[in-house]
Amino acid sequence: MLKELARFKGFSAKNLPKEEPFAPGHRACQGCGEVLALRLALKALGMNVIAVSATGCMEIISSPFPYTSWRVPWIHIAFENAAAVASGVEAALKALKRKGRFPKNRRVDVVAFAGDGGTADIGLQALSGALERGHDFVYICLDNEAYMNTGVQRSSCTPYGAMTTTSPPGSRSFGQMTWKKNLPAIAAAHGIPYVATATPAFFLDLMNKVKKAALVEGPAYVHIYAPCPTGWGTKGEDSIRLAKLAVETRIFPLYEVIEGKYYITRKVTKPKPVEEYLKLQRRFRHLTEDHIRQIQERVDAEYERLLKLAECL
Amino acid sequence: MGKRIAKEVSIAIAEAVKQCRVDVIAAYPITPQTHIVEHLSELVANGELDAEYITVESEHSAISACLGSVATGARTFTSTSSQGLALMHEILFIAPALRLPVVMVVANRALSAPISIWNDHGDIMAERDIGWIQTFAENGQEAVDLVYHAFRVAEDRRVMFPVIVNIDGFTLSHMIEPIELPDQEQVDQYLPPFKPRYRLDPRKPISMGPVGIPEIYTEAKKAQDEAFKNAYRVIVKAWDEFEKIFGRRYRPVETYRMEDAEVALLIMGSLAETAMTAVDRLREAGKKVGLVRIRLWRPFPLRDFVRAVKGVRVLGVIDRALSPGATGGPVGVEVRSALYQVPGRPRVVNFVAGLGGRDVTVEDFEEMADKAFFYMKKKPKEPYEMIGVKE
Repeated sequence: MLKELARFKGFSAKNLPKEEPFAPGHRACQGCGEVLALRLALKALGMNVIAVSATGCMEIISSPFPYTSWRVPWIHIAFENAAAVASGVEAALKALKRKGRFPKNRRVDVVAFAGDGGTADIGLQALSGALERGHDFVYICLDNEAYMNTGVQRSSCTPYGAMTTTSPPGSRSFGQMTWKKNLPAIAAAHGIPYVATATPAFFLDLMNKVKKAALVEGPAYVHIYAPCPTGWGTKGEDSIRLAKLAVETRIFPLYEVIEGKYYITRKVTKPKPVEEYLKLQRRFRHLTEDHIRQIQERVDAEYERLLKLAECL
Repeated sequence: MGKRIAKEVSIAIAEAVKQCRVDVIAAYPITPQTHIVEHLSELVANGELDAEYITVESEHSAISACLGSVATGARTFTSTSSQGLALMHEILFIAPALRLPVVMVVANRALSAPISIWNDHGDIMAERDIGWIQTFAENGQEAVDLVYHAFRVAEDRRVMFPVIVNIDGFTLSHMIEPIELPDQEQVDQYLPPFKPRYRLDPRKPISMGPVGIPEIYTEAKKAQDEAFKNAYRVIVKAWDEFEKIFGRRYRPVETYRMEDAEVALLIMGSLAETAMTAVDRLREAGKKVGLVRIRLWRPFPLRDFVRAVKGVRVLGVIDRALSPGATGGPVGVEVRSALYQVPGRPRVVNFVAGLGGRDVTVEDFEEMADKAFFYMKKKPKEPYEMIGVKE
């Protein structure tokens, strides 16, 4: 275990930070899992934070001038470069602290937020560069599995079979034809100290992981699974249920990769069938039993692989 | 006073950046800018310059990191060329709109295709409308001096705009010239520490770069435009101040042998020195020719320019970039537009020359001046003409 994490006891339901760095009154859709994840992540980080946002839902809904939902310093530059901008913020803090132009002992966490499009697709290069260079920052991907604020187009994080406006089912298509890109594995492959997956359904787990990510020295990556009622064709009140089901069906396993070692943080011994998760969402309604079987097989195989990764250590 | 010593211009620029006490440098290697950032890396590695050097994975990330850094309150520098500048393009608009005063040296180079590493102004002319203050250096000494000026202007609280110093790739960047680097005390006297008006600081949180809804976008842009135009006075004053401390005088527009000139050539960048020789030769032959050089390209020095070409009958504008299908090269179009409202304006004839590193010789300038004399009586058929094409 990393020395920075040794003293962190974890948040508990009775012991949550009182501050709300993300103010209420934003413009997210009803039942948005992403904004919930964002709020929890910031709550875990506290007020001594500089936040960088990529273009995406969370930037749009939180900052229509003259309003802002950010009670911490915040900057948005473009869609694909949150990691690069955060690199600059981190380097500047380092230089200014060294030169005595910023209080040396004051801890400021640098955090970057981006959606799955801004992370897995257009932003992957900037993210990879920043992780490789070892900047001390937290990168949080809020994954709602498509380009949502432009009108639900597929991203490389869109799951197999899902319907989006650019992966529509038709006579020659059954929706998204590729499997979801494994971003946490890509992040972990950079050999960074901390990688984790989380979902707002398990909020203490999410907050603890984000806090740990901030505590470790060097780059940390947290992949947060965030249901999107608008994009997925689901009921707003089902978001947390779906986020929970994704874990219980093993579609989205919860784990940490600490210094390259995998730890499953919520082992699912009696998984629910994936169908239970899929049938609640309009984006999967065109799928045949054969497709669902394929998805089940893939999910099982991936989970086995993950178990082995965790076991062998 | 500093000593004049022979130095490669890129190295001298890096030394000047060091004297400006930068905090953060983020850059990606691209020819012919590389010597600048290589030398800066050395200075950081040797502990001669106390700065963070971010070895980014692309120019896009270089400029992105620079904006993050300058927004946090650190004096920030980068440098690029050609394709690298083009890769930065998207982010270049964001810097002035957020009033983030980063300084960049662009070693001007042609754009693909065909791929060319040699000098012209095709890269920077594609970045004409990004809202950065832009200057063009004529020689090594000026390149260095414009770096001090760039930081001073960019970080002035009345300005807060990013600045590009253009230097011709290879023909300036790789030349060894006698250059006088001032003493550190002089630079310190000229360039106060960076005290940003706003910065990312948890003690005083602000939101930078929010969504501009239609109700405010126009107003935001108007505010940006007004502030940019107002920067002009600060730019000129900063040169006045420069003269007081360093003894060298710079103006937005410079003229050479323009007294009683009937024909004037107009150029930006290092070729001006070749053009001067041509002007001297033509003057010796009794022809009334002068030279106008624009040092400050953005904001465009409209009044100074109009004053400079007063009384001229034909203005031969030499562009170092091609704008296919347009009514001229970028400088030609700009200058024609600037003169349109001027009574008794000179006729503008536009030449495109020196693309992709093609030499433009004294004889070429003489030829262009002769053409300008010819067009005094006759209107040119085409809005611009390419010079030095082998047919």
